[in-house]
Amino acid sequence: MTAAAAHHYTSTGLDNRKIAIWAFIGSECMLFTSLISTYMIYKGRSVVGPYPHEVWTNPATGQVMKPILNIPVTSASTFVLLMSSLFMVLALAAVQNKHVPKRNRSEEILGSSKLWLWATAIAGATFLGFQAYEFTSFVHEGLTIKTNLFGSTFFTLTGFHGAHVTAGVLWLVTLLAIDYRRGLGPADAMAVDLAALYWHFVDVIWIVIFTLIYLIK
Amino acid sequence: MDTHSPGHLPDSAEAHAHAPHAEEAYHPTWKTYKWVALILFLITVAEVWAYYIPSFVASRAFVPILLIMSAAKFIIVVMFYMHLKYDHRLFRVLFTGPLLIAGLTLIALLFLFGQLVIKL
Repeated sequence: MTAAAAHHYTSTGLDNRKIAIWAFIGSECMLFTSLISTYMIYKGRSVVGPYPHEVWTNPATGQVMKPILNIPVTSASTFVLLMSSLFMVLALAAVQNKHVPKRNRSEEILGSSKLWLWATAIAGATFLGFQAYEFTSFVHEGLTIKTNLFGSTFFTLTGFHGAHVTAGVLWLVTLLAIDYRRGLGPADAMAVDLAALYWHFVDVIWIVIFTLIYLIK
Repeated sequence: MDTHSPGHLPDSAEAHAHAPHAEEAYHPTWKTYKWVALILFLITVAEVWAYYIPSFVASRAFVPILLIMSAAKFIIVVMFYMHLKYDHRLFRVLFTGPLLIAGLTLIALLFLFGQLVIKL
């Protein structure tokens, strides 16, 4: 097998795996836009509570309940996901520069792919922990996927996003396993780059969700 | 930039000659990444802060400003963290094409189902 064939180059001179991941990301944009569109169309059309930004009266107890979205918790999870993107670019840079001699302790830390891959995976898992907490508290407050239009569209949209984050964490764990087994080097930079592109895409989708669903009333 | 016709497939040697050019996409340094992270953090803080100012939430500027801040974060991540600013233009087309279609579909649906209305 020639070097070019081993590296999956195409008539464009570009790696076909990278073309594929960008095409995949483009298709994912459409998927998430359809979910966001559904949420936006049904926004404010729930007949019964709980509501995202408005107080509501529980028909069973007559108790007045506060809006269900917890902005401080979601802001913290958003911060964690944004930081995970920084860790991911550092992981990629560490793999690309694996063979560059490190002159001091800080360069050694910056050049540790294992450290940054771990940091990204842990940040992703922390985000999922926040989401599990949010979903559980919503169910305890009476909001399930069947309760009203808000519940249906909210759980579908954020659940799909959470599933994507889960897939991303699993991808990162496989990269970590490879790194521990034989070490990731510049030859593996494309494999890490593909995971990084997917991870950043998951991050940008959350940027949109956070504004449209959580902040805009 | 590649000037081949679309149907022309290079032999392995030609593809190999292209390869280093394709792989040499510029990637930002750690300092750039650090600044990008800081800017993203500050925009997020501004967004959440705005949410807790009742007079601003009630104003007509609230939604447009939040959308602009969100779009700024989206563009910054795509340009710098996803390296689209430095990468091949084909990737830009593969991303912005579907994004444009999706955005226009979203706006059309919001008009169709009455969430957006043009007042004449």
